[in-house]
Amino acid sequence: MSVIALLAQVLRIAVPYLFAAGGGVLAERSGIVSLGLEGFMLSGAFCAAVGDYYSGSAWVGLLCGILGGLLFGLLHAVATIRYRADQVVVGIAINLLVIGLTRFFLRLAFDSSSNSPRIAGFEGGGPLSGWLAGAGPMIPLGLLVIPAVAWLVYRTPFGLRLRAVGEHPAAADSLGVPVARVRYVAVALSGALAAMGGVYLALDQHQFTDQMTAGRGYIALAAIIFGRWNPLRAGVACLLFAGAETLQIQMQGTQAIPSQFVSMIPYLLTIVALAGVVGRANPPAALGKAE
Amino acid sequence: MTTTALPASEPRPRGAVRAALEETLLPPVVALLIALVIGDLLILAFGQSPAAVYRLLLEGTWGNAYGLGQVLYKTTTLTFTGLAVAIGLRAGVFNIGAESQLAAGGCAAALVGLALPAGVPGLLAVPLCIAAAALGGGAVGAVPGVLKAKFGAHEVIVTIMLNFVVLALLNWFVASKLHVPETLHTPEIHTGAVPRLSDAAAAFHGSAANATLAVALLAAVAMGFYLFRTRRGYELRAVGLQPDAAEYGGVSAGGVWIRALMLSGAIAGVGGINYVLGYKHYYEEGFAGGAGFLGIAVALVGRNHPGGVVLAALLFATLSQGGLAIHALVPKQMVEVFQAVVILAVAVSVPEVRRVLLSARRVQA
Repeated sequence: MSVIALLAQVLRIAVPYLFAAGGGVLAERSGIVSLGLEGFMLSGAFCAAVGDYYSGSAWVGLLCGILGGLLFGLLHAVATIRYRADQVVVGIAINLLVIGLTRFFLRLAFDSSSNSPRIAGFEGGGPLSGWLAGAGPMIPLGLLVIPAVAWLVYRTPFGLRLRAVGEHPAAADSLGVPVARVRYVAVALSGALAAMGGVYLALDQHQFTDQMTAGRGYIALAAIIFGRWNPLRAGVACLLFAGAETLQIQMQGTQAIPSQFVSMIPYLLTIVALAGVVGRANPPAALGKAE
Repeated sequence: MTTTALPASEPRPRGAVRAALEETLLPPVVALLIALVIGDLLILAFGQSPAAVYRLLLEGTWGNAYGLGQVLYKTTTLTFTGLAVAIGLRAGVFNIGAESQLAAGGCAAALVGLALPAGVPGLLAVPLCIAAAALGGGAVGAVPGVLKAKFGAHEVIVTIMLNFVVLALLNWFVASKLHVPETLHTPEIHTGAVPRLSDAAAAFHGSAANATLAVALLAAVAMGFYLFRTRRGYELRAVGLQPDAAEYGGVSAGGVWIRALMLSGAIAGVGGINYVLGYKHYYEEGFAGGAGFLGIAVALVGRNHPGGVVLAALLFATLSQGGLAIHALVPKQMVEVFQAVVILAVAVSVPEVRRVLLSARRVQA
């Protein structure tokens, strides 16, 4: 297997992580815990499949997926910001809610308990079309998300407010920053971005399958924490985790290391990072605080 | 952010009990009402009558012995995981790891049941298996406890990540060392099986309800005693309410966190015997099946009180079992949506009810 093909595989695995981690960083830097990434992704995948199926166009699917993620992002935002509900509980509830809703509407729309009918993907093209066929704009977009989020967080007035709100909401408020509004925007955006990761999965596999995100939202969360809430480092962590996964796929059948051990790597690294073994992991000061 | 300053004056002591009750009971009631409305909408979306669906749900769960037995079986596991989450929350730590602690406990119980020779009497084997389950779950719970107390690592993230690590470890262990070929489970345990409910009352035949239910109720009573009648329980609740104040009063918050998370893991772990000793008599990959996560919902709706947890477990077990009953009319996944809406609605209504009650009392005063 050539090096380029290997890198293409890493990229394909990394793209959903990059979208979700990029979105999650925004929410977390605004002070809202991002446990709902998994649900946002799954909602994106399902809405994309529905939109794509009924229109026949992957672009419509992408749009529907983004809207679906935006909707659940807003739900998360209303519950945690307007009603100050426990952010951890809301995140978990959103994940369960989306699993249930997608299963319910899978039955309602496609009369199936496991998957949607085949949907159209993006037509090939692009410089690496041989290795990245069918991904259309999703891979370039996925690669752009992290730099774009980094630019937004560190180089724009909105980013400055976002960080202020996440570190010290009371101080930001006294300076006239609309704390709630900044958080609404951040969490809604995180839903839309994470959903794009799910859209990619559905379009790439040409269908929606039950629980197809399979924990990827949690890996993205792990990447955010391992990247110490810095978007660029989180992006690198996504690539690192995707690299480990590629290695595991390549080694399948060789028995050298049980696949379960390789699958643990992101989670173990995150626990180690949280325990402060490799430098201190400093979350945004107001992360998870209700008021 | 504008935070309305709360008045320093507390509600009058005479109405204090009533106020506390209102604050405790209203959120789950409000949440259930919200969930019912959304449930109705979903049922209507599927072109069915809500009344017919709810009738079917009740008939399939409480309406016959088999259904009731299944409800009691599911109540048992959910009581353990609900108590586990609740004791953590009482200490101010959020254990999201009940799922893997439950699995680790079940695996440990199965290992002991396999290691003991077939001749060992149940009176000795069952307590040994329970102890092993508690140790297995407790060991998993100790990790986030120590990491939080010693390094300040947030237990929510550690327990989430640990879920994946522990489940992968267990899968690897069973798949590579202990499984029956062509299956994902261990051989059957030699000893330690507990009696089924159907052994006592034949009507329950076929349902999985077993004597573990009694262990679950005992655990609830014991936890209530521990929390509200012992010094350690008092310390635990003090740390949960205000760790700095508890530290000032001479309680080590870190020590309490470690203890609470170990206890939490142990309780969740013992839940594993419901499946392993009571139902299938082996450990199987994925037997926890989300009961650990539903434990969060159970603790939340049960307001972290042992009695409330048992009732909430009964409610969620009824819903889970009811999903199968209503499948003829609407997809059983409707129940999953309903459960998630309940969680979301409780989370929202806890702070909201408190605010509404506070402002209502201020108007009165």
